[in-house]
Order: sequence, then structure tokens, then C-alpha cells
Amino acid sequence: MILALLLPNWIGGHSSLHSHGVQAARIENLWWLMFWVCSAVFVAVMVATGIAITRKTLPSGPPGPIAPQSRRRMTRVVAGAVGVTILTLFVLLFASVSTSRAVASLGAPKATVIKVTGHQWWWAVEYQDLNPSRIVTTANEIHIPAGRPVLIQLSSADVIHSFWVPSLHGKRDLIPGHDSAIWIQADRPGVYRGLCAEFCGHQHAHMDFLVIADPPDRYGAWYNAQLASSTLPATPSQQYGRQLFESGPCAVCHTIQGTDANGKLGPELTHLASRRTLAAAILPNTRGNLGGWIVDPQSLKPGSYMPANNLKPDELQAMLDYLGSLK
Amino acid sequence: MSAEPIDPGRTVEDPPADVPEADRRLLERTWEYASGLWGWLAEVDHTRIGVRYIATALIFFALGGIEALMMRVQLARPENGFLGPDLYNQVFTTHGSTMMFLFAVPIMLGLGVYLVPMMVGTRNLAFPRLNAFSYYVYLIGGLFLYAAFFLNTGPDAGWFAYVPLSGPQFSPGKRVDVWAQMITFTEISSLAVAVNLITTIFKQRAPGMSLNRIPIYVWAMLVTSFMVIFAMPAVMLSSLMLALDRLVDTHFFNPAEGGDALLWQHLFWFFGHPEVYIIFIPATGIVSTILAPFTRREVFGYMALVLSLVATGFIGFGLWVHHMFATGLPQLGLSFFTAASIMIAIPSGIQMFCWIATLWGGKLRFKTPLLYVLAFIFTFMIGGLTGVMLAAVPFNTQVHDTYFVVAHFHYVLIGGAVFPLLGGLFYWFPKMTGRMLSETWGKVSFALVFLGFQVTFFPQHILGFEGMPRRVYTYLPETGWGNLNLLSTVGAFILGLGVLVFVGNMLASMMSGAPAGDDPWESDTLEWSTSSPPPPYNFQYLPTVGARAPLWHRSENQPVVVGLRSDRREFLITGMLDADPDHRQVSPGPTIWPFFLSLGVGITFIVGIFTPWGLPIGAVPCAISLIAWFWPRGDQGHHVLKEKKS
Amino acid sequence: MRRGFIVVPWALALGLALAGCPREKRDFRSLPADSARTQPVRLVTLQPGSVLPAQKFSGPYDGNAYGISQGERLYVQYNCVGCHFHGGGGIGPPLMDELWVYGGSGQNIHDTIVQGRPNGMPSYGAHIPDDQIWMITAYVRSLSGQVEKPAAPSRSDELFPRPSEQARPRQQPKPEKARQPG
Repeated sequence: MILALLLPNWIGGHSSLHSHGVQAARIENLWWLMFWVCSAVFVAVMVATGIAITRKTLPSGPPGPIAPQSRRRMTRVVAGAVGVTILTLFVLLFASVSTSRAVASLGAPKATVIKVTGHQWWWAVEYQDLNPSRIVTTANEIHIPAGRPVLIQLSSADVIHSFWVPSLHGKRDLIPGHDSAIWIQADRPGVYRGLCAEFCGHQHAHMDFLVIADPPDRYGAWYNAQLASSTLPATPSQQYGRQLFESGPCAVCHTIQGTDANGKLGPELTHLASRRTLAAAILPNTRGNLGGWIVDPQSLKPGSYMPANNLKPDELQAMLDYLGSLK
Repeated sequence: MSAEPIDPGRTVEDPPADVPEADRRLLERTWEYASGLWGWLAEVDHTRIGVRYIATALIFFALGGIEALMMRVQLARPENGFLGPDLYNQVFTTHGSTMMFLFAVPIMLGLGVYLVPMMVGTRNLAFPRLNAFSYYVYLIGGLFLYAAFFLNTGPDAGWFAYVPLSGPQFSPGKRVDVWAQMITFTEISSLAVAVNLITTIFKQRAPGMSLNRIPIYVWAMLVTSFMVIFAMPAVMLSSLMLALDRLVDTHFFNPAEGGDALLWQHLFWFFGHPEVYIIFIPATGIVSTILAPFTRREVFGYMALVLSLVATGFIGFGLWVHHMFATGLPQLGLSFFTAASIMIAIPSGIQMFCWIATLWGGKLRFKTPLLYVLAFIFTFMIGGLTGVMLAAVPFNTQVHDTYFVVAHFHYVLIGGAVFPLLGGLFYWFPKMTGRMLSETWGKVSFALVFLGFQVTFFPQHILGFEGMPRRVYTYLPETGWGNLNLLSTVGAFILGLGVLVFVGNMLASMMSGAPAGDDPWESDTLEWSTSSPPPPYNFQYLPTVGARAPLWHRSENQPVVVGLRSDRREFLITGMLDADPDHRQVSPGPTIWPFFLSLGVGITFIVGIFTPWGLPIGAVPCAISLIAWFWPRGDQGHHVLKEKKS
Repeated sequence: MRRGFIVVPWALALGLALAGCPREKRDFRSLPADSARTQPVRLVTLQPGSVLPAQKFSGPYDGNAYGISQGERLYVQYNCVGCHFHGGGGIGPPLMDELWVYGGSGQNIHDTIVQGRPNGMPSYGAHIPDDQIWMITAYVRSLSGQVEKPAAPSRSDELFPRPSEQARPRQQPKPEKARQPG
């Protein structure tokens, strides 16, 4: 984990041209087809224009209409070009529709179902299960089993957001009043970055998330670890930190299972230390970053709803000790 | 005064020899501009109002450009501190709203206000007072937006203002209300101009200018005007609904009470997509017009070009859902819009091929206007092709709301509309001011603008693929987007410099440019047959037309229209299909009431965003102005003489 | 005349920009520490000598639309609705009328939230950050129409049982005796 944080590109793939999912791959193929076809059209038109403006013309007299015979020839050429255009457009239309159908039909029975709710400016993640004691609630980091399709149910708690993991699939908007769902699948294990892709207010720029695809056994282990209640404090400093958390403003907004903190307004923090990032994937999850985020979040994400917390130095250290223990 | 009575509505071969000079002096007195501040406010002449439209729109273009440069400075480096999120949101919203509502549409319509009456051979627009009113309403709307922007009340929810973000809960204060009312102002203005243009084009053409002899630019303005009439009401309605939601607690967009957030997107984009064609189609008219004198041939494929314009106008109304491909609408419906969005490339392609055919074999004069047309062909091709790509739903879901789309629409809007516009301004500047622009500085500014544009916007395609979303005030350093953003910012400053040189050229040439004659470019349309700048009455004798490019087919004995009274403002109304003379129409002189009505409208809407009492309060000056405007005046009654001569 | 056309608009623009508009200000920084100070509330009406004027400070977010809308969000999120409902009161006294047991000025309301009050009002000081308490205060004042109409919230994106705060008539605060339980 620490090694992953030290690597320069810990952020994970971010480009829609480096696809790691079967849907993104199909879309990338469609892109390359369109690119080559349109480039050929562009080159042809530019060559024609280039010839048109450089070819030698006889010095003509007064300005006037085009000569009839060259008009007839020109008409035939233009009509031919229009015909080629129509055919090309049909090819692109067909490619588009068939890609559409391919990426939509990825379903599988007994697939993992994850409910993602967009908030200003973070992502609430809840793994669905018919057995309520097996529901995992987390935030801003989604683990999925690699190689298997996963259904993401999308809803919004406030304004329109958009769920987008460029390496895996296209985006889908989260519209209040219009719940929707998309299938995604990662071909290989890895870390894939997602982001919000619909303007949603002040911190739309800082509303990312991570999709981490694990091999099935590692995924199972992660899932079971997430089901567990929060780690009990082991040292006096951690105990003090937990007390501060429960008695201060933190508990009004955040939940840590197994403690008195049951707030539902901010991200769930039960396994905060197991996550790679903070504040909707904009900061690596380090002690220093967490301390800065707690004390002065407005300098990192101005306009976000996390308030500043004027903690004394020993209080802050105790809090960080406790939160750092929440694996 | 004429020596003998002249039959009203009669056209003659030659005007009587002793009449022209006396007629001209009388015409000048009848049509002279009023002086002083009152005269300026009471102006109804289409050339003066057209110039005001263009000048005002260019000022808004400059303001929008400054906002763009501010955004580019902020985005040049990751986690930059130049603009915080709140100010950035206001800046990008105001940039988009300014460019779309206060620059692009008004300048295209304003150029039409200037040119269309002259191109069809009449003295003024059909409704000169409505023309004045439309300008003032536009000006007030623009000033209102900028006053609010400077007061930290600039809208900050995007130029498209999606609900619920722009709704009362998530956009507190009056910022979005300012936006909604600015829309109302500019849409009223555009609707008024559209009505004016359609009536003028249908009913005031020079005798002999049948439908198949109308200049392509005039066809473009006709199609644009019809699009305005059908598209603008959608956004007026939706902005009205948003204003009502915000002011008087209606629930149009509140899902909890039966409203729908997606309704906004449908209504807005039903307007928004035709809007971009409203901006683009006049530019295609400009391109068709410029090509003729600079290739010394009539543009190829008149019928194809006209039908393509009309087809684009129709199909443009069937595309709007391509802005909503990520919203989760059913697949089958989306595919329909893919097909329509791809299909609209066909008329655009036809136009492009016809233009290239015009270039082929023409005797080209590489002056600045033609350079802009060539730049248009290059740039609009790229933009149009990325547009066809965006029509594909799966691809769209990857690049929607990224910088790929930003690159695409700047390619089609700047490449497809601003380049022809700059070429057109260069081309018509001599007609408007009587002086030529400097060709050297024209080429310098062209090079800066073209180069700057490509450097600014081409890298943004790549940024879109790298995942950079739109409407973000900053980005993380680890994304690696910094270098391309910096390059784009450098390009933006080059582009800005080019525009500055262009404007400087205009200002300098207005004072000391070489004097231009009536027809410095040897052009083919009617506006070049009168002096530069044109007299207030446009033509002493209204021309007649016998062919498509009238000035290139003028016979020695080309008839003119004689018999319109010179002692009062009159022009000729002709039939819709073949432009045969029908009757004379009186035209109003300078009047202050359009200005007062626009003030009344301004009071109504501006006070209306603070309290519903704005409506009854503003209704009083509006009612007074309307009554005064329409008060019947004895000497301005119609003369409906239906004497049709063969 | 021509120079005036250039200078006057820019001077006007600069002036407007510097003036700003307090209703639209969005300051994301916290308030300074001394905003958390509470003022003592007089528990009886008897005073020696002349009667000093009542506490009048409305709060730092008084005419600020953003602060009031944040207060609306926090009022629901911190469960003020649980006792006071949407201003109509229930378990707790109504907040949309003119009667205030412990004073209706911004400072009074802020102190009530911070300190708590007998018969059921919890003390939220140190559980809710102070600038958020001032935002809630501003919102509570809007429930009885005390804030200027352009800054008051309009309808929210929720089920909507009552007129929005900007449509409330102004209710001049009056003192009321504390309610007894039961």
C-alpha cells in the first residue's frame, strides 16, 4: 500500500484512450474507426481545396457565371462527392449503433450491485446485499472484482453529477428524480480513476473517486474487512482521539461503526485508513494531509461543506492517531 | 418638387432629365438623420442601427475574450490561485453567456439589419421602429448582465444553467435570476429582428428579384430568422419557468413536487441546438457572398446551396438530445438523434463542396476576406468532423463534458462563424465607413488569429481524451494536463493579440484609411451600387433586377423604380414570389418611443427579479410608450394603390 | 464626448466591482474566533436606572444569501426540524412567529443554539462549528421574515408544505414567557 502511494502515478489510469475495460475498448475501437475515416475525408477535402486555390486559371474577362460545360462536369463531381459522403455517414452510423448495443449488454446474474449516490462534492458508496448485515458502506473508493461485470446504481442527493471512469466506460449522469444504472467491468486488476463530469458547484473540479479492481480472492478479503466494525483504540492517544471524535463536531456528520458517531451527512469513516485518498480522491491519504484537511479544509477545497476545526496540537495528534488506526 | 405629376407605382425606362438632382436634394431632406442626443436615441435608419449592433457586439466580444483570457490564465498551471472557484464559475458562465447571447447572435442579426435592405434593394427595414426597440432591449440586457457581474452578482451556474444547480436551493441570491432575465432581453431583441428581416425579405425586394434571384446571404438571413422564431420561445419559456421557480415558489423543476430536472435540459437544448445554427447559417451566407468577388465568378450551385440552408434549418431542430446522451434516456431514442446529428452533415457537406467548386477555376484574389474564407474551410471541416464523431452515442459518453467538446464547439463557432464574420467585416467595412481597411494589417491580424486559434484549441482535443472535464477551475498536478493547458493559454494570448490588431486596424482606418469608392471589390450584390457609406435613403431610385448577380448582369438600360414620393418616406412593397410591384408603403421617421418602451421593458424585467410587483410597476411606462408609438398620425396612413403594371 | 464614452464606463465598472454586493458574497473562510462569544441574556425585565436597549446584532450572515442557504441546509441536516419542524414548531416552539422566549435578535438566537435552554433545547456549542451556528441563526431569522427578501431562500427541492422564507411577512419580534413542559 505504502509502495503504491510512493509511486509517481499512484493516481491510476485517467485516459479514455487507454482502456482497461471491455466497454472502453469497444468505444476506443469506434473512435479509431471514426478518426481514420474522418481524417481521410479531411485530407481529401484539403487536397481538393489546395488544388482549387493553386491551379492555374486562364485570365478571365469580367466576372460572371461559370461556363456551362465546366458547370456540368462540376455538378457531376459534386454530386459524386455528396454520394460518397452519404455512404460514409451511413458507415459511421452503423458503427455507432452497433457499438452502442455492445456496450449496453454486459449484464450477468448474481453480479455485484453497488449503489453510488452523488453528493456535493463526494461519492457515497453502498454495496447492495439482500442480507443487511452484509451491506458495506464506504465513500470515494469503489472496489470491484476484476474481470466480472458490476452494476452501478446511480442516484443523486442534491444536484446533477456524472459518474465517469474513462478507462472503463463512458459516463452516466446522476440526476435527482431519475435514478439510473450502468454496467462496468475492468479486464485486469488495477487502480482506475473516476471523476465527476457534470458541473455541480464550487468543487466540481475536486470530486474524483477511485475504482480499484482486485482479483476475486483479494476482493473477498477486502469486502470482509470492510464488514467488520471499527478498530478499537489500542493506545491512550487513540482512545483520546476517539473521545474527541465522538464528542466534537465530527460525530454530527460522520459515522464510525462501533462508536457513538452516527452522522450521515459526510463520508463514512469506519475504515478510513484503508483508503488510498482523502477528500474525494484529491489528496493521498497521509497523516499530514489528513491533519491539514481536518484543521483547514477550505484552503484545500474552498466551498466544500467540511468546516474548519480549531483543534489544539495535542488534540489533533490524538485524532490523527485514532483515525490512522481505522484500517 | 417635380415639374409634372408622376404616376404612383409606375416604373419607367429612364427618369426624366430634369428631375434627378432636385429629387435627390428632396430625398436627402426627407430622410435626413436627426441630430443631437435626441436624434441619436430616436434613430430608425437600418444602417445606423446595424452599425450600433455590430459595434456593441464587438465590445461584448472583447469583454468575453477578456473573460476567456482570465480563464486560460487560471488553467495554465495546476492548482493555480488566480481565480477562486466562485469567481471562476462567474467568469466562465459570463463568458459563455456573453459569447452566445450578447455577441454571436446579435452581430449576425445586426449585420443582416445593415445589409439585407440594401441587398434586396429597398430603403429601410419593414419595421424601423421595432428595429430601434430591438437594439435598445439588447443593449439594456447586456448592460444589465455586466452591471450584475461587476457587483459580484454575475451568474455562476453555467451558460446552460442546469437545474437543480441553478434552482433556488443550490444557487442562492439573485445571480441566476440575472441570467434568466438577460435571456429574456436578448430573445425579445432577436425575435423582433427576425420578424423584421422576414417581412423585409418577403415583401420589399426590388422588382424582378424573384425567389431564385435572392442573394444567398439574404436566403441565409431568412432561414436564420425562421429558426429564431421557432427556437427562441423554448428558452424564453424555460428561463421564465426557472425565474418563477426562484421568485414565486413554483415547482416546474422540483422532482419532489412533481417537476422534472430533465425538463430543463430538453427545453434548453431544443433552443440551444438551433441557436448554434442561428449563429452558423449567416456565416455560410457571408462565405457564399465573399467567394463571388474574390473568385470573380458566381458561386457554384445556387439551388443546392439554398436548399442546403433550408435543410439545415429544418434538421437543426431535430438534434437537441445529442447534448443529453449521458442522461440515461432510452437507447432507441438516442439512436434516432445520432442519425439526425449525422444527417445534418449532408447539407453542410453539400455547401462545402459547392464552395470548393467555386474556388476551382476561379481567378483568386488573395485578399484578407478570402484568407478568412480559406481558414473557415480548414477549421470548420475539423470542427464538423469532430461533430460527426460526437454524434455517436458511445463515443459521446466518453468525451461529453470534457475539453474535447470545448475544442469541437470552438472549432465550429470560431472557425465556422467568427472567421467568416471577420472576413465579412473586412469586406463590408468600406461600404459602412467609406474607407478601406489596411490590407497589410489585415493579413497580420489574420495570421495571428488563425495561428493563435489553432494553438489554443487543438491541444484541447487531446486534453479531452486525457480525461480533463469542463467547467473546472483547476486540476491536480498529477494528471499531467499542465503542459497542454499552458500551450493553450499561450495560443489564447496570440489569438487575443490578433483580435486586437484587427480592431486597431478598424479604428485606425476609420480615421485615415484610403477612401473607398462605391464598389472597391467589384462585387455582384446590390449594396455595392450605392455610395459608401450609403445615403440614408440607400438608393435614389430603387433598382430592378434581371438576374442572380445583379451588378454583374446590369444592362445599359436597366430600369429603376421611379414614382416614389421624395417628400415623405416611402418604399415599394412587392409580391412574395416574383417581386412584382404592388403598392407603396410609408416608413416612419425618427421617434423616441422605441427607446422609452425599451426602458419600460427594462424596468419591468429588472425590478421583476426582485419582486413580482415589477410587472405592474413596469407596465406603466410600457403602456405609455406603446400608446404614443402607435398613436395614429394622419400623414402616415397607407397608400394602398393596387395598380399593377406589367 | 468621445473620451467620456471610454472613461466613464470603466470608472463605473471599477466602482461597481469594488463595491461588490454583500448579498452575493461567498466567503469560504471561517469567521474570526471572537464571533463565538455569547452575550448574556437578561432573565428579568427589571433594570436599575434607564432601560438599556435590547440586543440587536443580527449576525455576520444577515443579508448574505449564501450564508442563509447554507443555514437552510444545516437546519435540516442537524435535525432542527426534528423539534421545530419547518418553523411551525411541535416539540419545540415555533420559529416563524413573532414570539421569542430568549430574544429574537441574531445574537440571541446564536446564544440559544450555543448554550441550550431549559425544557429541551440542547446546547450545540462545540458540537457545531460557530460559523455554521451563525448560518443557522440567519436562516432562523428568515423563517419569520427578518432578513431582506432578495437574500431569503426560495423554495427548496423537497416536498413543500408551506410558503418559502422569502414569501414570509416580517414578524416583529416580541418577548414571550417560557413554556412549561406538558
